[in-house]
Amino acid sequence: MKKVWAFLKGCFVLLRKGSKIYYAWVTFLLALMVIGTMAYISQLYSGLIVTAMRDQVSWGFYISNFTFIVGVAAAAVLLVIPAYVYKWKPIKEIAILGELLAVSAMVMCLLFVTVDIGRPDRFWHLIPKIGILNFPQSLLAWDVVVLNMYLVLNFVIAGYMLYSLYYRRQPNMTYVLPFLLFSIPAAISIHTVTAFLYNGLAARPFWNASILAPRFLASAFCSGPAFMILLFQVIRKWTNFEIKDEAIFKVAELIAYAMFINLFLLGAEIFKEYYSDTAHLAPMKYLYQGLGGHSDLVSFIWTATIFNITAFLLFLIPQTRENYVTLNIGCILIFIGVYIEKGMGLVVPGFVPDVLGDFYEYSPTGIELLVTMGIWATGLFVYTMLLRIAIPIMNREFYVGDDGVHPFIGDQQFLFRRAEVAKGEVDILSQ
Amino acid sequence: MSDKGTNDKQVFRLTRRKALKGLAAGLGALAFPGKDASASVWEAFFQKNFRELSRPERDRLLARLEKEYSAQFGKAVKVKASPPVEGVLFGYGLDLSRCIGCRRCEYGCVTENNQSRDPQIHWIRVLRLAKERGVDLEHAEHYYNPSNVPEEGYFYMPVQCHQCENAPCTKVCPVQATWKENDGIVVVDYNWCIGCRYCMAACPYGARHFNWKKPGLPAGEMNPDTHYLGNRPRPVGVVEKCTFCIQRTRELEGRYPACVEVCPVGARKFGNLLDPDSEIRYVIENKRVFILKEELNTQPKFYYFYSV
Repeated sequence: MKKVWAFLKGCFVLLRKGSKIYYAWVTFLLALMVIGTMAYISQLYSGLIVTAMRDQVSWGFYISNFTFIVGVAAAAVLLVIPAYVYKWKPIKEIAILGELLAVSAMVMCLLFVTVDIGRPDRFWHLIPKIGILNFPQSLLAWDVVVLNMYLVLNFVIAGYMLYSLYYRRQPNMTYVLPFLLFSIPAAISIHTVTAFLYNGLAARPFWNASILAPRFLASAFCSGPAFMILLFQVIRKWTNFEIKDEAIFKVAELIAYAMFINLFLLGAEIFKEYYSDTAHLAPMKYLYQGLGGHSDLVSFIWTATIFNITAFLLFLIPQTRENYVTLNIGCILIFIGVYIEKGMGLVVPGFVPDVLGDFYEYSPTGIELLVTMGIWATGLFVYTMLLRIAIPIMNREFYVGDDGVHPFIGDQQFLFRRAEVAKGEVDILSQ
Repeated sequence: MSDKGTNDKQVFRLTRRKALKGLAAGLGALAFPGKDASASVWEAFFQKNFRELSRPERDRLLARLEKEYSAQFGKAVKVKASPPVEGVLFGYGLDLSRCIGCRRCEYGCVTENNQSRDPQIHWIRVLRLAKERGVDLEHAEHYYNPSNVPEEGYFYMPVQCHQCENAPCTKVCPVQATWKENDGIVVVDYNWCIGCRYCMAACPYGARHFNWKKPGLPAGEMNPDTHYLGNRPRPVGVVEKCTFCIQRTRELEGRYPACVEVCPVGARKFGNLLDPDSEIRYVIENKRVFILKEELNTQPKFYYFYSV
């Protein structure tokens, strides 16, 4: 226990050290977080009336973002499988970045749910024994369970590995491997359960299609890894952490397969709805064509569709996949495409037209945008902090000193002479 | 709630009480300076689910609410918790051939059930449908506003909670804040609801409504005859719905729901489905009846029918 405390203390010392760019970035995120918090306080004060949600469209931008982020988190598994099931070295070296991304994404998910509920003061009603968790009946109860489990799982795995490396030990894989393998079905479960949350509602034909869960998984395996490819390049450029080209290209190849399945399932769904042309076509029509003069989402969903198809082609052809310009364009297209398709494009048509045929066109208010921005900033902040610790540890630049208590940070020997240290410091994040 | 259920919860309740007491002692000292204030705020914050309250706890809660509401609205407010009557299962009939679309039921409901006036919350929604299309919700007009009803070529269909036997809304609630009572009424514990609105997504009849802001209920218009699970004033951030006027229908001298009473053409029928001589049974057995969205297997106790 004393060692854990020493490790944490070392981490806090490390977190405070950094270049000007590191400080500017963190300050920027903190500023966004403060703005988001202020927007949330005003929402708490006035009630959810400050959002554009109403009885007809009772979930909006928050839940859209939540759904998308669950997908990003689930994608960590795309690194764990090649790394630990197939023991492919280039990815094994970077799998921990995926796990930490999952941790940050889960934090964002829980925040998005929190800001969406009307009575956050009653959150404890969800805690079993103290409150009542309606498990296994409610899919939302399932979601609470699997999301928290996935958060803890990834935190424990990454935490243990980093802790061991810090104390200059190889992590004992006989302990870690069962958890790592368990994180694979757990990742699939968070996404499946989130899909089922919508899927189980017979009142909403747009969601009540069994293709929903497979589509969720397929699109998650696009958006998450696309985000990671971009991150890998940032990390490679701004820190001295090595990420091999072949690892990046392998992830890109996996995205191509996932995107193909995603587009195929989308096509299957569109065919079924349009060809059978039942009353259930209305939400689909609203989304893709506009219905009864209501067409807010049409331009968005076509943007998403075009982006996804373009990105699929870019990732399919090896020449464009292995060219960093086209690769990055593809990643950005996928990220935006899936963000629209799995966010607003999934949630809002479930409510338009509503169950009694009323049309209420939803678009988020300024408060909703600010709160959402704050949560994204929080997620990036958490990820930045985690990387600030993880990368030096993996680079063997942050470990326990020879006295077994005090940490050794980079090339600085004298931790307490901060003025001098700051001047001569070559920070890993600014190199 | 049956005795068996209460016994099952015994152990569970004790552990929770202990946990909460510990937490209360710790946090309470820090958070609340005033002695009197802390007691009532504290009680409200850590109130248990209505179905898990013991008899004395429930009486205390009702007394506290009565005191609060009476002070807030400046009149003597009654908060009842009358249980379901044995041998009663409520059913509702709505005669589509009679309804003229005047929306008196909609506003009668608001007055009786203390809905928010600002913003307006209506538990009943009357749809205007074209006769040539029949019950085609996609083409329903929600905001019709002619100087006179009924209009040529249209019929009207009021929709409210169908009090489903197989209710999709209660199933999805993550904290069991909503449930079906033994007389078939689906109720919400407004003090337990966390406001996640999953039930609103699950309801196929648009029957659930959310308090997006603090309900605006003028003291003069407040109906002081209330039920804990029904028309008592609601807090912000929780879901509410039609309860077949639980504060009226459950009393021994049972009264009709306000919407039945106010309907000028007698299109609304209400009664006990278990009583073979009730009017609602007569309607079901002798009229052309249909169930809205029957294919969803929600098994509503709300029947549309045509008397002519």
